[in-house]
Amino acid sequence: MAALRQTLSLLLVGLAAALAGAASAANIPPLTGRVVDQAGLLSDADKISLETRLEDLEAKSGIQLVVATVKSLEGEEIEPYANQMFRAWKLGERTRNNGVLLLVAPNERRVRIEVGYGLEATLTDALAQVIIANAITPRFKAGDFPGGIHRGVDDIVTVLTTDASEWQKRPSLRVDSDSADSHVNWLVVAGLGLFVLLMVVSPTFRMLVFAMMLSGRSGGGYGGSYGGGFGGGSGRSSGGFSGGGGSSGGGGASGRW
Amino acid sequence: MSRTGTLSRWLALSLCLVLASCGYNRIPTLEEQAKAKWADVQNNYQRRADLIPNLVATVQGYAKQEKDVLTSVVEARAKATQTRIDASQLTDPEKVKQFQDAQNQLSGALGRLIAISENYPDLKSNQNFLALQSQLEGTENRIAVARRDYIEAVRAYNTELKTFPGMLWAMTVFRGNKPMAEFTANDAAQTAPQVKF
Repeated sequence: MAALRQTLSLLLVGLAAALAGAASAANIPPLTGRVVDQAGLLSDADKISLETRLEDLEAKSGIQLVVATVKSLEGEEIEPYANQMFRAWKLGERTRNNGVLLLVAPNERRVRIEVGYGLEATLTDALAQVIIANAITPRFKAGDFPGGIHRGVDDIVTVLTTDASEWQKRPSLRVDSDSADSHVNWLVVAGLGLFVLLMVVSPTFRMLVFAMMLSGRSGGGYGGSYGGGFGGGSGRSSGGFSGGGGSSGGGGASGRW
Repeated sequence: MSRTGTLSRWLALSLCLVLASCGYNRIPTLEEQAKAKWADVQNNYQRRADLIPNLVATVQGYAKQEKDVLTSVVEARAKATQTRIDASQLTDPEKVKQFQDAQNQLSGALGRLIAISENYPDLKSNQNFLALQSQLEGTENRIAVARRDYIEAVRAYNTELKTFPGMLWAMTVFRGNKPMAEFTANDAAQTAPQVKF
């Protein structure tokens, strides 16, 4: 009875934790486009020119850069807030994690560039810091928010697209992965065929398989593969825009003005 | 083809399906996930430790007289890099606490080093120092994120061990699986990046 009650209370705690998680995610505005201007810092013309710029970047490189302004950080520091936002929006492709978030919180006077895992080597913390300190915060200080955001986006795009080695690597990578895929597929097919054949032909093999299943963990080989979840490939469909399933581990830099 | 052969084939297949649908895979999956998150935590701490020799050398060039603070950073770093935990020791709260204490000590020493650097205008405007500062700040933030992810993964794993139906597997097949030790929440110095410039 006591054990049952403990189990029940644990379940309740788990449920409460899940609800709390959902509640904290609810404070984050929905991803309505490449520019989410909740704080109302940008004019329509600014938004359109930024959107085309960002769309261009994704068309060329697959990188999803999103600009967000928020009215309030809900009492949080900008670093965890930006990370939650990045993960809620799933910026960048799922396999390459090539997303970047430029977050501006005018009321807290804080700005952050949050960089996805896949771009940490290109847009390093130090470079993000330089962009914030030189391009963004001086303009914000003068009250020129659109100018600071435009300049910041320009600099981020420049850093992301002038990395020559990345450009040279891409075509060859694609060819490699294609051939590797078909290779693996043949191996898998052959392995399955062999497995079925052995199951049918050899009683010893059948017993072995059976024994392995019963012996539980000794089979081993559970990889650390994640459930993942399919995040709609690239969010380049007409009209709506969505993240591609990327994630961030807190790379980037923050600043204040 | 023998009758028993057909039977055992069916048995194996249905066993396979039953096991998968009853959450047999969940405990090992969650365990591996938590271990992977731990590897992230440790990598990020290692990354911070790797930045320190450069930082110390740069500060030394401008502030030789701050010997105490510099030595305390070097010593705390040595201690923190010695205290490592491999994935199998995560169920030992004592070990996890030791690791945590060593890293906290290093955080404290680093905080003092950054604080004294405020007194040296030449140092503060040194480009190398500025770059190191932003890298250190970024690493502190990555540590905070990795810690949060690890705590989340451990919570999922521990809950699975104690709740239905994972509880049944934990009592039978995975009897060796112990709950993992969580980080204690008291080190507020780590959850928010402490190095502010």
